[in-house]
Amino acid sequence: MSPKLFEITDQPLSQDDILRRVSRPDCGGVVTFAGNVRGSTATVEGSRETDFLVYEAYVPMAEKMMARIGDEIMERWPLVKAVSMLHRIGRCDIEEPTVLIAVATPHRSDGCFEACRYAIERLKEIVPIWKQENWRDGEVWVEGPRQPDLDVSETK
Amino acid sequence: MNVRLILFAGLRQAAGFKNESVALPAEATVGDLLDKRLPDLRGRTFYVAVNEEFAQRDTVLQDGDEVALLPPVSGGSSLTRRPIPPAPPARQN
Repeated sequence: MSPKLFEITDQPLSQDDILRRVSRPDCGGVVTFAGNVRGSTATVEGSRETDFLVYEAYVPMAEKMMARIGDEIMERWPLVKAVSMLHRIGRCDIEEPTVLIAVATPHRSDGCFEACRYAIERLKEIVPIWKQENWRDGEVWVEGPRQPDLDVSETK
Repeated sequence: MNVRLILFAGLRQAAGFKNESVALPAEATVGDLLDKRLPDLRGRTFYVAVNEEFAQRDTVLQDGDEVALLPPVSGGSSLTRRPIPPAPPARQN
């Protein structure tokens, strides 16, 4: 059985693994993106230190939405031959990748760079995955900006 | 009818439970479910999925549906800001 292209996993992610998943004999261009755990974040008040992150996902929906992003990419960049998106859940330590994305095209000018950027931005919009930041003295679930078209907290 | 309610991340923490079965009258909507079971979440921003597709307050529920309450994910950029993706063809049941 060939490996899944869109997967939520509690196992460490590997660049070699995702490159194998999108490799095609007709593709000479592959762009990958890795989102790693930042241990130190620069803010206006100085640097903020993170100990580790914990990710939680609504796994079946997350995999379904990542596959849908793959479909959106194929529609927007018709020369893209393969897209893979892998995301960790559970505890992730500093510098570990929490998300990997790979896009393969026949040539580098066929949209692999643009499609890869689109994939990570879109993932952060519609894929139900959340991170909990953990510091020495506490933790908090990070929530993104409100998307009015999705918000159900009040009667419209 | 009965639906399965599932909460994630900060919403799970705020509500104090992860999932449960909720009995509702026939034709009840997502809004009815929220008002009945989680009135304290009123005013807090979150999204809802019914059977793994984004839904709205007025989405009508059916027996056996899985209703998930989703905190806002971390947000994209203007590069991708688009409407929510279309749901696939109507459910079989």
